[in-house]
Amino acid sequence: MTPGLKVLASGLHTTVQDLGRIGYQNIGVPVSGALDNFGLRLANALAGNPQGMAALEILVSGPTLEIATDTARLALTGTGASLSIRGETPRIVAAGQSVTLRRGEIIQIALGPQSACCYLAVEGGIAVPRVLGSASTYVRAALGGLNGRALQRDDVVPLAITCASERAELRAPSPPVPADQSIRVVLGPQHKYFRKEALAALLDAEFRVSKDADRMGMRLDGPLLRHRRGWDIVSDAMATGSIQVPGSGQPIVLLADHQTTGGYPKIATVISADLPLLGRRRLGDSLRFISVELETAEELCRKVEREFTELVAALEPAPSDSGLDIGTLYGENLISGVTTGFE
Amino acid sequence: MKVRFLSAGDRALVVEFGDRVDRALSKRVLRLDAVIRSNPPIGIVETVPTFRSLTVYYDPLLTSRAELQRLIGVLLDLEERPRPSARLWHVPACYEGEFAPDLEEVARLTGLTPGEVVALHSGTRFHIYMLGFLPGFPYMGDLPPQLALPRRADPRLRVPAGSISIATSLTAIYPYESPGGWHLIGATPIRMFDPERLEPALFSPGDAVAFQPIDPAAFASIRRAVENRNYEVESAPVAI
Repeated sequence: MTPGLKVLASGLHTTVQDLGRIGYQNIGVPVSGALDNFGLRLANALAGNPQGMAALEILVSGPTLEIATDTARLALTGTGASLSIRGETPRIVAAGQSVTLRRGEIIQIALGPQSACCYLAVEGGIAVPRVLGSASTYVRAALGGLNGRALQRDDVVPLAITCASERAELRAPSPPVPADQSIRVVLGPQHKYFRKEALAALLDAEFRVSKDADRMGMRLDGPLLRHRRGWDIVSDAMATGSIQVPGSGQPIVLLADHQTTGGYPKIATVISADLPLLGRRRLGDSLRFISVELETAEELCRKVEREFTELVAALEPAPSDSGLDIGTLYGENLISGVTTGFE
Repeated sequence: MKVRFLSAGDRALVVEFGDRVDRALSKRVLRLDAVIRSNPPIGIVETVPTFRSLTVYYDPLLTSRAELQRLIGVLLDLEERPRPSARLWHVPACYEGEFAPDLEEVARLTGLTPGEVVALHSGTRFHIYMLGFLPGFPYMGDLPPQLALPRRADPRLRVPAGSISIATSLTAIYPYESPGGWHLIGATPIRMFDPERLEPALFSPGDAVAFQPIDPAAFASIRRAVENRNYEVESAPVAI
């Protein structure tokens, strides 16, 4: 059997993703890549990989995987997520640290109530071919990943190395959770196509993630945003984070797998520093937008990058057996207190 | 040469030349694209030409909108610029039977005979304004005005790969099976997108396309050759 991670249960939508397929939007190929690129990069850093390596992106409900290689070092990131390990020594390892597992051990990944996505990186990386320079899965055109699709039961996720290196495990310090989770936007490119009331509603009202949400986009429930100058524009290119509003007035935030071009006006665009926040929002979660100037958005992009670099520099060795005994965990009711994921 | 600069967030700058589907606008978009691609300024990640704008994706860790806007302003003013290169593709097209499920209806709606629809479509040399919607999906124009129709009222859930379609002033080819609302008047056996190829998309923005009618037997034999990777679509260099 191919050495790797055997899929016993797939989870809702588990795909191979890296930082995306860059340079092909002009021929209609979406960028794809991780919805939360900081989550992906931190998972790789914890596993000892270059930050942009391919890892598993896990949405909403986690998979169950069996270690089908000698040893594998795994690292999970995602606020409140955890790995429960079945085998000789059952234990739970919180997200935000690496752990080395042996052949035959079974892991079940649980997402916490705070985030809809988490990332599982494996030391050495996932051995799938790059398609147009990227291992990211784009399901609509069956590009990249494992056969161009989400994981299914009985798949084996092939790994690049069969044995973890000898070294201490790493963990990330818990970052402070910001109090204000408003999502910042830059108005435009087509905000002038909307009525004043629509712009006011975008920035004042509360929206909720509707059931129509996937890696292409997230339709929001909330006030309808009415156009002033018609809703059919001559198609132009689209950016991840842009909030497009079709004739119905119901906004859709474009995510990693969005089409490269489209013909609806975009009222505003989520700043790149806040894109990971979108990927973590779950069905029914509330969303508020605030607007910032473009120069501020560019500066925030640089700031979060500096903070992320500092976070990676501050990764520290984890205690030798940092897995929590399941009894202790329930006994002390620690599960909801574990917040080592990057936020 | 007045253009508008619009931000689509902190990673994309839209250089907008106008708001119409127009060959002259398209030419200017493709020129700027060629200039940028020939010598990309630092921090530009990629560019996407569309009907009426060029979107420049950038990395704010390496540059800024203000810097790019200044540089692009300089590039727009340059007199000597590389001329974009382009190809004319001769695309085999079957306009018969199962390959053309909407041909009769298009004929009825336009007041033409099916033969006249095919003659108009295959007699026009189209310009590829842009690729989008799906990998390798070309937006081509302009249709002869007699063939202009709005999109179908009820979009199909499944349009077969290779379908040749028309709507508004445009014609397109579906590279993959997908939902679609355009009128299907024919099909081509060629492969529009193949990630294994050096150039994954057969066409580039700015290329020209002429359709050559073939019968179902020719369709089948070309399809077999395509599957054996033993078919090359005829093409020649042209000016945009």
